[in-house]
Amino acid sequence: MTSGPDPSQKHQRREHGLMLALVSPALLVILLLIVLPVGWLAWQSIYHDGLTLENYRRVFTEDIYWRSFALTFEISLAVTVIALLLGYPVAYLANSVSKGWSILILSLVVLPFWTSVLVRAYAWLALLQRTGVINQFLRYLDVISEPLAMVHNTFGTVVATVHILLPFMVLPLYATMQKIPGDLMQAGASLGASPSLTFFRVFLPLSLPGVLAGCTMVFVLCLGFYITPELLGGGRTVMVSMLVSRNVELYNQFGAASAVAVVLLLSVLAIFFAVSRFISLDRVLGQK
Amino acid sequence: MTRISPARVALYVISALVLIYLILPVLIIAPISFSSARFLTFPPPSFSLRWYEQYFANSAWMQATRVTLTVALFTVVIATPCGVAAAYAISQSKLRVMRVIHMALLLPLVVPIIITAVGIFFVYARVGLVATMPGLVLANVMLGLPYVVISVLAGLQSFDPAQEMVARSLGMNRLRSFFAVTLPQIKSSVVAGGIFAFISAMDETIVALFISGGQYQPLTKRMFTALRDEIDPTIAAISTLMTAASFMLVLAASARQKRSG
Repeated sequence: MTSGPDPSQKHQRREHGLMLALVSPALLVILLLIVLPVGWLAWQSIYHDGLTLENYRRVFTEDIYWRSFALTFEISLAVTVIALLLGYPVAYLANSVSKGWSILILSLVVLPFWTSVLVRAYAWLALLQRTGVINQFLRYLDVISEPLAMVHNTFGTVVATVHILLPFMVLPLYATMQKIPGDLMQAGASLGASPSLTFFRVFLPLSLPGVLAGCTMVFVLCLGFYITPELLGGGRTVMVSMLVSRNVELYNQFGAASAVAVVLLLSVLAIFFAVSRFISLDRVLGQK
Repeated sequence: MTRISPARVALYVISALVLIYLILPVLIIAPISFSSARFLTFPPPSFSLRWYEQYFANSAWMQATRVTLTVALFTVVIATPCGVAAAYAISQSKLRVMRVIHMALLLPLVVPIIITAVGIFFVYARVGLVATMPGLVLANVMLGLPYVVISVLAGLQSFDPAQEMVARSLGMNRLRSFFAVTLPQIKSSVVAGGIFAFISAMDETIVALFISGGQYQPLTKRMFTALRDEIDPTIAAISTLMTAASFMLVLAASARQKRSG
C-alpha cells in the first residue's frame, strides 16, 4: 500500500459528504427563501438603472420615514419598559412559590402564547372599542358618561403589543432567577440585611442577565411588529413595518420599501451583536 | 405566626393583575362567539350559534379553511424530515461549517417577518409563485424549519450516539440503524417539532398577506382583511375554533415530551 488515500481519510471524507447531504435540503430552503429574498431586497435598495443611494437619502432625510423610525423606537422602548415592570414581579413570584404554584403561574403566562396574534388583536378590539366590553362596563357602573378612546391609537397598540410580548420577558427572567441560589438571600438576612436590601443588593444584580435577554427579545420583536399596530393603531400609528408594506402595496415604491427594510434589519442585527458581547445569543433566542 | 410583609402583599396583587391582563383576552373570545349580540353586552343577551353557522355556511371561509389545513399539512410533511435530517447532521458532524449552517437555519426567527415577507414577494413575483399553493407551502416550510431543528436538537442532546455505533458494528447499515435505534428514542421531540411547525403554518399571516391571493388565501389572510374593515363576531367563532385546535395540539406535544423526559 504505497499509493491512494489513507482509508480512514477516505472514510472521513465520505462521512463529511453524507452529513452535508443531510443538511442540504433544509439549507436549500433557507437559502432560497430567506437569504436570497433578503439579498434581493438589499440589491434593490441600491440599484435602479445603476447604483444609487437615493433610497437611503430619502429614508434618512424625508420626514415621514424619520418620524416612523423614531415612533417605532419609542414604542418599542415603552413596550420593553412596561413589559419589564409587569413581567419582573410575575417571574419573581413564580420563582419564590412552591413548584405547583409556579407551574400554574407559568402556564397562565404561556397560555396566550398559543393563541394566534390575530385572535388576540380581535379580543383587544372587542375589549377596548368605544362600544366594547370595558367601555360598556364602565358606563354600566356610571364611572364614565362618554366612552373612552382606547383603541385605534397608540394606547391600544401598546396595550396589545405588551400583551403579546410579555411571555418573552417573563420566561428568560424566570430561567435566570431559578439559577440564583437561595442560600445567598439567607446569607444576606443572617448578616442583618432587611429583605428589601438583600433584594436590591444581591438578587436584582444577579437577575440582570435575564433582564437583558428578555428586554432584547421584546425590543427586537417589537421593532418588526406589523399586525397589531395595523389593526389597533387605526392608521395613525405608522410603524416601520407598515411603512415597508405601504411602499409595496400602495405606492409601488419598491426601492424605498427595500431601503427601509434593510435599515430595520441592520438595526435588529446591530442590537443582537451588541447584546452578544454581554450574554450568549442562545440565551436570548432559546426562549422563542 | 408568620406575618406577611406589605411588600409580599403588593407582589401578590400586582402579579394577579398582570395574570388577569394576560388571560382575559383569551377568555373573552368564547363568550362573544356564543352570544347572539354583535358585542358582549350587559346584561348578556341570549346564547346563540349563529356566528358558527355563518362560518360553516360561508363558502369563502370554508375555502380559506381548506387552504390553511392543506398548507399546514404539507408544511409538516416537508419540514419535519428536512429538519430532522439537518438536526441529526448538525449534532453528529464535526465539520466547522455546521455551526454556520446551524445559525443559518435559525435565521427565520431573527429576521423580522415583514422583511422576509416582502423579500419573498419580490422573488416569487419573478418566478411566478405568487398566489400559488406551492409558493405558500414553501414559505411556511422555511418558517417552520427552526422549530423542528430546535426541538430535534434538544431531543438528540439526551441521546447517546454510541448506541447507533453499536447497532452499526453489529452489521446494520446507517439508515437502518437510524430508524431502528435513534428515531424511536427521539420520536417525541420529532413529533413536537412537527406540531410546532403545523401551528406556525396555521397562524402565519404576514407572509400570506403578500404572497397569497385568488383562491389560495389562508384563513388568517381573510381574517386580517375582515378585521381591518369591521368587527364581525364570525371571527370570534373562527378564533374560538382556532384557539381550541392549537391548545389541543400544544397539549399533545407537551404530553409527548413529558413521556420522553
